[in-house]
Amino acid sequence: MVHIKRLQEVGADIIAVVGEIDASSSIELDLAIAKSVGEGYKKILVDCQALEYISSAGLGVFMSYIEELRDKNISFVLFGMKERVLNTFSILGLADLLNIRENKQEAKKLADELSV
Amino acid sequence: MPIGFLLAIMFKTKAIIRLTSLSAAISWVILVFADITVLFSDMKALPPDVPVWLPRVMLDLYVVSLFYYYKFRIERDEGLNFTDLLWKVFATGLIATVISLAVRLVLFLLGSTKLSTNVLFIDFVYQINLALFINFLLAAFTCWKRLILYQKSKWLIRAWLVFEFLLLGILLYDSIHVALSEAISTIAIVLTSLLGLVLSANMRWVAYLNFKQKWTSLLLLLLSIFYLVYFLYSVTIWSDQITQQSGAFVSFQSHVFNIALLAFVLTYMSFSFLVVLFNLPTSSVFEQKLEEVVNFQRISQSIQTEQSEESVYNILLESSVSSVFADAAWLEIKGAANEQRLFTYQITEKETKEIHTHLEKHKIKGALDQSSDKTKNLSKHLSSLKSTRFRSLLAFPIKVKDETIGTLALLKELPEGFNKEMTRIVSAFANQAGISIENFRLMEEAFQNARYKEELKIAKTVQQSLLPTRLEQHADFEISAFSASADEVGGDYYDTLRISDHEIALIIADVSGKGTTAAFHMSQMKGIFHSLAQLGPNPRDFMAKANKALVFCLERGSFISATYFVINTESKKVFYSRAGHCPVLLYKSSKQKAEFLKDKGTALGMVRSQDYRNFVEDNEFAYEAGDVMILYTDGITEAKNNKGEEFGNERLAEVLQNNAEKSSKEIEESVISTLYKFSGSEDINDDYTSMTVKFR
Repeated sequence: MVHIKRLQEVGADIIAVVGEIDASSSIELDLAIAKSVGEGYKKILVDCQALEYISSAGLGVFMSYIEELRDKNISFVLFGMKERVLNTFSILGLADLLNIRENKQEAKKLADELSV
Repeated sequence: MPIGFLLAIMFKTKAIIRLTSLSAAISWVILVFADITVLFSDMKALPPDVPVWLPRVMLDLYVVSLFYYYKFRIERDEGLNFTDLLWKVFATGLIATVISLAVRLVLFLLGSTKLSTNVLFIDFVYQINLALFINFLLAAFTCWKRLILYQKSKWLIRAWLVFEFLLLGILLYDSIHVALSEAISTIAIVLTSLLGLVLSANMRWVAYLNFKQKWTSLLLLLLSIFYLVYFLYSVTIWSDQITQQSGAFVSFQSHVFNIALLAFVLTYMSFSFLVVLFNLPTSSVFEQKLEEVVNFQRISQSIQTEQSEESVYNILLESSVSSVFADAAWLEIKGAANEQRLFTYQITEKETKEIHTHLEKHKIKGALDQSSDKTKNLSKHLSSLKSTRFRSLLAFPIKVKDETIGTLALLKELPEGFNKEMTRIVSAFANQAGISIENFRLMEEAFQNARYKEELKIAKTVQQSLLPTRLEQHADFEISAFSASADEVGGDYYDTLRISDHEIALIIADVSGKGTTAAFHMSQMKGIFHSLAQLGPNPRDFMAKANKALVFCLERGSFISATYFVINTESKKVFYSRAGHCPVLLYKSSKQKAEFLKDKGTALGMVRSQDYRNFVEDNEFAYEAGDVMILYTDGITEAKNNKGEEFGNERLAEVLQNNAEKSSKEIEESVISTLYKFSGSEDINDDYTSMTVKFR
């Protein structure tokens, strides 16, 4: 089960993901990102501090947006991942494709830099 | 009746009817002759040739015979409905009256001849009339019995039985003339009359007549009462005439039984007439209720008979309209696929929109919007909408699984056209429709699930058939592989292929997602492996080419993690490239330690551009005899125990380290047994796949 909250902070959309993302709950994540992109945010941050587990389907969601985000010039940063979750990202090699930062400040800083 | 039952066993009903009619006829003929003989002897003051009691006994016999005759003719005939019963009474009365009138006509034609004034002849005419009268009374009696015992209870049956026995007692008392004290006979008469009255109060059948049937019944009852009065009159006239001339004559009135029977039949007849008459105005209500029940049934049965939600909606609309006499109605429904649908009755879509916007404009919350879950009478809000002809509006939510999926709106041109009863019945309809729709959707879901399961079965067979039946072996190493899949089909794949004498390719892959698509992608991976590997590319090139091939086959969001190995037995080296798959676990016999190889690589299908090559690496390590390499999928490391802990890399490494001396098969078995012991059950919720390579 996953719980997704969105809140806006100075031009950036922050998507907070709480719980576990598996095949079925990945749809919710997909919807949240699609909404954020659709609403035209240029900076999207994903708060993974409360993300306990992510399955390959969940990773697939992030992966599927990589090109669209690049094309639309949206800076997309994930932050606050637990080690276990980060490990899943890095095993699959997604860590190289996505921007991942340790905390919110760094993530914001990176997003600002990228959007310049 | 036990006697009737026994008789029914012995004879067929038809035979009994014939027998009883014959017995009635014979006893009547004897009765007439005996009575005339008694009268004749009395007039001539001679001792009679026949016993004086004979006429009375014959009358009893006649009554009993006719009683059984009608019992089998009318009481046992299940095909008769209420009006049929009344018709029987009427028809019997009609025939009897016609015969009686015919006799009168004969008498009239004879004029005042000697014969017509002869007391014996008058007695004969009287006996004919009496027989017809009793016949009519008994027919009515049997019909009344059926009407009274409609919807019978145990007490009612007992009361009726007592009543019948009391009447039998009276009949016997009449003929035997036992001297009873006045008190006893009074008690018997009072008891019979009371019982007769109580029984006469059973008029439930009247409620089941429709309007037309009630009119018919009234007519039939009225005519039957007329016959009864006519017979009473003529029998009384004649018996008076005879009594004047002969003392031996036992008149009709002195028969208590006849009086009792007459009183009962007349009472019930009049009661019925009055009850039917007073029930005439309410019959439409009863019919209405009946129609509601039928409509209700139609809604609940529509699921079995018709195969679409649409029919449920149409029936709901129709039934609601007809139940409350609405002038117009519409039904808004959010379909199974979330699409909006509108069903209307006597109203245009434009009008519904007008009413909608009008209500919205006036901020009437929770009315026609689908978040409303209460029945609302919105009539008062309509009065401000001048363009509409409607003055009453009633809205009902239609709920499926507590979620409102639609609104039923009923309209009337009259102001305040809906009352509480109407609201209640329509909301019952709406609820029933909700249940029907829910059932319908559940059924649909069940079908889908069955189809999905069937699909999964096929996918599983495909997946199983894609895995190799034998693995390449070599003097330098032995390979064992294991794969178990959960009910949901995953996409784990492993395979081996000999490139040359000294080069063997190995692959382990995990397709993201589950089900048929996973099996499909797995087969693509197999195709790529078998065609690319035999060309002998170095592992990084293999991955780059595989990615290029896969990028356009994989749909958005799916990818394949894989590790590709080439074991070169000449150089005693393993070359590999990892694309997002779980890191290789390698046991070095020289160090006596199991470690995960650290390298980088992105899964296949994630990077669509040419530069994917930059996301994977070429790696290699040298092997020695005794080294062990375990390739696995994340199902193993992510397997959880009942505390929610993962099996993890450490446990896997530990198992390998402790069992590294054993053969590849034994190592594999210990990994699996440790895994099952850890997870605490044989039920797996993911795919477990491993390939163990032991070098020698």
